[in-house]
Amino acid sequence: MDIGVLAMTMIKPKKVLLLGSGALKIGEAGEFDYSGSQALKALKEEGINVVLVNPNIATIQTSQELAGKIYFLPVTPYFVQKIIEKEKPDCALLSFGGQTALNCGLNLSGSGVFKKNKITVLGTPVKSIEITEDRQLFAKYLGGIGIKAPRGGFARDVKGALMIANKIGYPVMVRSGFSLGGLGSSVVNNKEDLNLVVSMALKNAPQVAIEEYLRHWKEIEYEIVRDKGGNKIAVCNMENMDPVGIHTGESIVVAPSQTLNNYQYHLLRQISLKVIEHLGIVGECNIQFALDPKSDDYRVIEVNARLSRSSALASKATGYPLAYIACKLSLGYSLRELKNIVTGTSAFFEPALDYIVVKIPRWDLQKFEGANLRIGSEMKSVGEVMAIGRSFPESLQKAVRMLETGQDGLLGMPGEDSLSPGSLRLFAIAQQFLRNSSVESISKETGIDQWFLNQVKEIVDYQKNFGPAYKFNNENFLQAKKLGFSDNLIAASCRMSLNKVRKFRERWNIYPKTKHIDTLAAEYPAKTNYLYMTYHGEESENDSRLRIQDSGFRQTHNCKKVIVLGAGPYRIGSSVEFDWCLVTAVATFRQQGLETIVINCNPETVSTDFDIADKLYFEELTLERIVDIYKVEKNAKLVLAFGGQIPNNLAALFAAEKMAILGTPTKSIDFAEDRHKFSALLDRLSISQPQWEQIKNTGSVKRFAGKVGYPVLIRPSYVLSGSAMNIANSSREVAIYLNKAAKVSSKHPVVISKFIDNAKEIEIDGVAKSGKLLIYAISEHIENAGVHSGDATLVLPPQRLYLETMRQIKLETKKILKVLNIHGPFNIQFLAKDNKVMVIELNLRASRSFPFVSKVTGINFIEIAAKVIVGENITGDFQTVDLDYVGVKAPQFSFNRIKEADPKLKVEMSSTGEVACFGRDLHEAYLKALFSTGWKMPEKSIFLSIGGDKNKLDFLESARKLTTLNLEIFATEGTSKFLKLSGIKNTTVFKLSEGKHPTVLDLIKKAQVDLAINISLIGEDRAKRDGFIIRRNCVDFAIPLMTNLQAAIEFSYAVTEKKLEDLQIKSWDEYLSPKN
Amino acid sequence: MQGKLILSDGATFIGESFGADVSSSGEVVFNTGMVGYPESLTDPSYFGQILVLTYPIIGSYGVPNPKYFESRKIWVRGLIVQNYIDSPSHFASIMSLGEWLKKEGIPALQGIDTRALTTKLRSQGAMLGRLTVIPARFAEASARRAKAGIHSNAGKILNQVQNDKNEIYNPNLENVLQFVSIEKPQTYGTGKKNVVVIDCGAKQNIIRSLLKRKLRVTVAPWNFDPIEEKWNFDGVLISNGPGNPKNSKDTILTIKNLLSQSVPVFGICLGSQLLALAAGGDTYKLKFGHRGQNQPVQNLITKKAIITSQNHGFAVNFTSMPLGWSEWFINLNDGSNEGIRHKKKPFLAVQFHPEASPGPTDAEYLFDEFISMI
Repeated sequence: MDIGVLAMTMIKPKKVLLLGSGALKIGEAGEFDYSGSQALKALKEEGINVVLVNPNIATIQTSQELAGKIYFLPVTPYFVQKIIEKEKPDCALLSFGGQTALNCGLNLSGSGVFKKNKITVLGTPVKSIEITEDRQLFAKYLGGIGIKAPRGGFARDVKGALMIANKIGYPVMVRSGFSLGGLGSSVVNNKEDLNLVVSMALKNAPQVAIEEYLRHWKEIEYEIVRDKGGNKIAVCNMENMDPVGIHTGESIVVAPSQTLNNYQYHLLRQISLKVIEHLGIVGECNIQFALDPKSDDYRVIEVNARLSRSSALASKATGYPLAYIACKLSLGYSLRELKNIVTGTSAFFEPALDYIVVKIPRWDLQKFEGANLRIGSEMKSVGEVMAIGRSFPESLQKAVRMLETGQDGLLGMPGEDSLSPGSLRLFAIAQQFLRNSSVESISKETGIDQWFLNQVKEIVDYQKNFGPAYKFNNENFLQAKKLGFSDNLIAASCRMSLNKVRKFRERWNIYPKTKHIDTLAAEYPAKTNYLYMTYHGEESENDSRLRIQDSGFRQTHNCKKVIVLGAGPYRIGSSVEFDWCLVTAVATFRQQGLETIVINCNPETVSTDFDIADKLYFEELTLERIVDIYKVEKNAKLVLAFGGQIPNNLAALFAAEKMAILGTPTKSIDFAEDRHKFSALLDRLSISQPQWEQIKNTGSVKRFAGKVGYPVLIRPSYVLSGSAMNIANSSREVAIYLNKAAKVSSKHPVVISKFIDNAKEIEIDGVAKSGKLLIYAISEHIENAGVHSGDATLVLPPQRLYLETMRQIKLETKKILKVLNIHGPFNIQFLAKDNKVMVIELNLRASRSFPFVSKVTGINFIEIAAKVIVGENITGDFQTVDLDYVGVKAPQFSFNRIKEADPKLKVEMSSTGEVACFGRDLHEAYLKALFSTGWKMPEKSIFLSIGGDKNKLDFLESARKLTTLNLEIFATEGTSKFLKLSGIKNTTVFKLSEGKHPTVLDLIKKAQVDLAINISLIGEDRAKRDGFIIRRNCVDFAIPLMTNLQAAIEFSYAVTEKKLEDLQIKSWDEYLSPKN
Repeated sequence: MQGKLILSDGATFIGESFGADVSSSGEVVFNTGMVGYPESLTDPSYFGQILVLTYPIIGSYGVPNPKYFESRKIWVRGLIVQNYIDSPSHFASIMSLGEWLKKEGIPALQGIDTRALTTKLRSQGAMLGRLTVIPARFAEASARRAKAGIHSNAGKILNQVQNDKNEIYNPNLENVLQFVSIEKPQTYGTGKKNVVVIDCGAKQNIIRSLLKRKLRVTVAPWNFDPIEEKWNFDGVLISNGPGNPKNSKDTILTIKNLLSQSVPVFGICLGSQLLALAAGGDTYKLKFGHRGQNQPVQNLITKKAIITSQNHGFAVNFTSMPLGWSEWFINLNDGSNEGIRHKKKPFLAVQFHPEASPGPTDAEYLFDEFISMI
């Protein structure tokens, strides 16, 4: 079967439907903002109208500049169909929004919605996508064209699975189709485990594949592009350092491949081309291979007929704009008529790299108590970094620092020695080398090719020699820098001052050299502004970047050039929202005529597209490297406010270096970040706050707790996402949490404060100019204080706040702005209780909620902040309260990926993404937002388990409301009794410990429940296993779960008052500027 | 041990030696392929050249058994890389790259800023250069000084060992085919049809590619004329090879003879240039050549584009070709000619390498196209 289309006809769509990927979640993150944004750019150039569906308000693609019509609505067949009927697009693009968009598109194609509405799917034919998505069809298809796929078979039930496994022998690999990030796939060693894994996988997919487990085979990927005429190229190949069995998103990856010889490299390349030719792919495609380390035998293990995480990485690794090109190809262009923007040559070529790229995933597993730290064939990582250098050690050590996990070098984890796959394995390997383990033995145990291990060993061996007695000369110092050691690490391990190390560099003139990424290894003259730094080089390259136009430049600015710092890897608490801020700020600076330079290291971002800024340094966000760049880029000023937490943490160091900084004074940043200084400042200003004290020792905490009463809140300084922030309910917990807090914030004070029960939480986001409030927006949280603001549901404008409260908030805000002379964006968090407000936190930077408040109010806060920072005179009266609609921002959790973690919310953030939707009222917007994060209307039954008498009473009215849905209600014993006494019919389920049936688990496993509300008391111990097991199983079996009382109440009202049909299908502009 | 590369304009690059302890000279050229150093080093087309690899990590997978080579030995006069990997990892490796280079007496340097060097060659054109390695006795003294904490003055020593006062070798000034070609004819395979390969420095994979297609292959020296020899044959393949095609007058005469008899002829790389000259066309030297595995070419007849492996410093000037010839392929990067084909007769030639090795195999089908004519 050959589905290739040969006719080269241009398609001229009038209106294209583009599906986004929704909230960031594990397995589907910022890379799809990159691909969607590039697609929008490509369409815009053609003058094509675009209707974008994506509820992820923090993305760059959902900005007016890019898409004509934007719907902040769920990417689900129901909503997309409604949008189609309203907008009547004639074409659709499905491959730029990850698995979410693809699944939704396939569904609409299958149900005939596209056909009925005369919609042409652009790019790869749906039929081909279906082949790649159905493992059974796919294996057969490959066999048909003489290409090897793993041996095995497919099962629709456990029995079938066991039979196949018996035939091919354990261990086997279990995979399910239609899965993003390998959800539901794992290596299984025996019958018992197979039983468990298959039954779970079948919850999410109709069938599973049972395949031979290719233990310790290499995993290699190719990114292929093909046009309608059958012209095709391999843009990039990549090699996973970890062998097959560890998801590529979980593996350290290098580009290009390092251990393949010419024959293997081109054999796999040729097979890739053959596969996509037969599939008739039009656009981009990712193909993954297993390659036997002992022969040239191979298997094709996966084909993704869409843009993917790997394609984003490949784009950044090569400078080839894959998503942009893929979109143009889907319109009928041929590769040879498209241009390589960097060199002006044809886009039909294969990039030649003259550097090595190393990607390391970023995990946040330690944020989840009880989470399993082992990694495997399912994704758990939340982000990644990419480092560019001219040797593997140089790139690897750069990447380690880029991770922002506090690691510098490979030897920072002395306790770690487990070689089994896990988030810390790289460091464990280094420890093993320190203890003289051999390359051979580690390779045998891990399956990691000796090539990688040799060089890890080289790093460790070099570092071993460092010590107070180590004598540096120009040669061994340069060698250390070539191996990627930082000044800090050298100083610390040789017990000398950082200053002394810097003196070495100065004396021997050892500085990194700037090199271009030009796609053709210097073969053709290139106009590129895509840069990296390396110690493997004698000279920096001439500045041949695309010069910015001078026309817009305004002499009023006291600065001509800015360096804008990025936010680094996506992680919990720092993701695409900061990228939106950065990209928006950069665009504003450029409009102002400023030469704008970006430093960032995250391949999943739009800010690292090389056409965003005048120059891009794909580099570390460390003091050392920023100083290097600052020196090269003479007369530039640093902008810190749009890069999340990293720049703020470095602010004091920049000041010490006497670097020029724009925005709020660094001293003020210190006042905001240092909990002690901040609380003392509030006291001085007579601004009320929860009672607090700086922690000196455990004794002082106990005295404090004795005075104010438990629970108390432990708060470290200079942290993101409430890292190591905890509510302690007893002196025992105080001891545990203090220890944790000291670990993340050893250089800065830890503060303890009274935890205020039943308080509302409110945030103000705004921009100040020289200490004066310029613009602000107040959002309220649905959840009471105690849930991290990043996990909370935000409502704008506030619906339940007294005017008096808002007035107080504004007053207190103005006081703080003035005393700290704030100049730029800020965010302050308040508690409100009994008509009194208290300040709990101040962030002197653009916060997570800036995209939300900007897009809901229709006023771009970041643009204003950027202008203020460079001295633009801005005045005006900005209306952010009196809106005719409500915006609700809801968190997206990825607990399904974080096995064994408790999905209960806490003061430390655990959500991985967010969505925001609009509505006539709070309930409409809230429902849309929940549906955007994977919720559905309950149709079968509801499970209730409400801990504590007060909670039960508070929930009673909501429970009554829920009865109007006429669904069966199940409840645990106490809740059941209480509801029955209140006249609410329900069925009691037994506790797990009672051994009687039905238990709640029976319901969950038989999929009888489609909504679970499980409210536990604050301070409930994890030892209370029942609650945990219920919550965990809801997550594992994909049942919507509410664990917060206020959210559950709000949801109960919303779901009973609105029907699906009541949710309006309105685009963003229809809300912002209604026609009548 | 240190060494340096001095270009004809005086520019000097200092690095560390990892090959043989000898000095040499030649034309300095760069190749942008990311894999395939064993294939490149044994490609006779590199005769008389010092090869700079732009991929900065070389040696990773060691050196395989010689049966995978493109000829019996290393032809480059020197190798320049950024970082050399001395502990290779590959099942097919039998020794490290350094060991191999030493065995074959080829000098090599690492620690050179190959990107800066490449940029220079690209902007100023391919240049001649001398590769000097400090002899071991000097190097030891230098190492002793370094160990004793005295600044290692290797640079100074290097200047002192300018013992090689000979002219820098330029492979484009003489007929170099005599150095790379087979000495007497040799026949492979048992196929019915016989293809004569005029060996101007042929890569083994050309012969393997023909044998794979069930042909008998007779490899003939560069100055053999199969018509004069009265051989029984069905077609002729003019192979790749080094140097300026205009210096290979005997081969051009042979081809003229073949064309006059309308024998099917397929030229590859140098073979294409020789065919053009024999047909009355002209060739010229490219500024810095095409050497890499990512060269995009388009078939002007079918409009299809493919990625090809290339290694050439001269090219056919298509406008000089007489009537009756069409431009078959062009380079999508710079528009230069990549293939010519006679409109009526079975004469065809490509500037790139359908045999790949190293490089992509997209063009392999051209062997079938040639065979279909014989």
